[in-house]
Amino acid sequence: MDARRESELSPMKNRTTVERKSERELVVTRTFDGPARLVFEAWTKPELFKRWWIPKSFPVSLLSCEMDVRVGGGYRLLFGNGDAEPKPFFGKYIEVTPPSRLVWTNDEDHGGGAVTTVTFEEKGGKTLVVMHDLHHSKEGLDEALGSYDAIGETFDQLDEVLVTPAAGASQPLTASSRRTS
Amino acid sequence: MVQHYSDRLDASFAALSDATRRGVLEQLGRAEASITDLADKFRMTLTGMKKHVGILEEAGLVATEKVGRVRTCKLGPHRLEEETAWLEEHRRLWDSRFGELDQVVEELKQKEKIDGRKKRK
Repeated sequence: MDARRESELSPMKNRTTVERKSERELVVTRTFDGPARLVFEAWTKPELFKRWWIPKSFPVSLLSCEMDVRVGGGYRLLFGNGDAEPKPFFGKYIEVTPPSRLVWTNDEDHGGGAVTTVTFEEKGGKTLVVMHDLHHSKEGLDEALGSYDAIGETFDQLDEVLVTPAAGASQPLTASSRRTS
Repeated sequence: MVQHYSDRLDASFAALSDATRRGVLEQLGRAEASITDLADKFRMTLTGMKKHVGILEEAGLVATEKVGRVRTCKLGPHRLEEETAWLEEHRRLWDSRFGELDQVVEELKQKEKIDGRKKRK
């Protein structure tokens, strides 16, 4: 593909938003420059999914990825992280409506995981993806947000800050200044 | 320790789930105000505003001080930075993930175009 032509075609950067809608719900949105059927394909074909689910900058690798995308079908992702024991993520698809809707369970936490609903809404050749995680409990969502290695370090630092007893009004938390960038 | 942290986040998120309370924080970010001032500003009863301020205070987002008969409110020791940092880290993960997905979608689009041309021949 002609690199110049590609850069001419590439649109303005689309914004990813993340919002905690409630104690138990997290919503991630993003618009993609392509029709819903192609975006849906990238979420449901393992060989495509594997290419983007773990960004290159992420200190984890996707060792294997199996997806049986139909109602009642299962998926299983195996993440590797250096010498640590590989961590599996798995669940079942409970709704599959190409190319507009995909719902799956996250069962690696013994049934205490979230239900993820992804909708693909096409408008003028672009697709708005809304990913909604509904957790069983607020603790579930807290943990999920803290479970990524990339942010683990931040939490360690926050923990350090919070260990300091009773940081009063004169000692505001310095979390943001200690945050890794 | 982690529990302590998540309890605090729970309190903060609960406090922030209300539009009036978010408005109060914005207001206090500009200047200190008494509960009466805030009640006037947000057109609610003193009792209603006291309740909102109480929730914000419990989450550490607002601090109050009573001088004479007036209770003055200002931003508390527990800033919003923690929550913001937390969600921002998560957003960054998704943003880089979706950056890669952009490339996959772009490639599929190009492939479709080429396949379409072939079919027409």
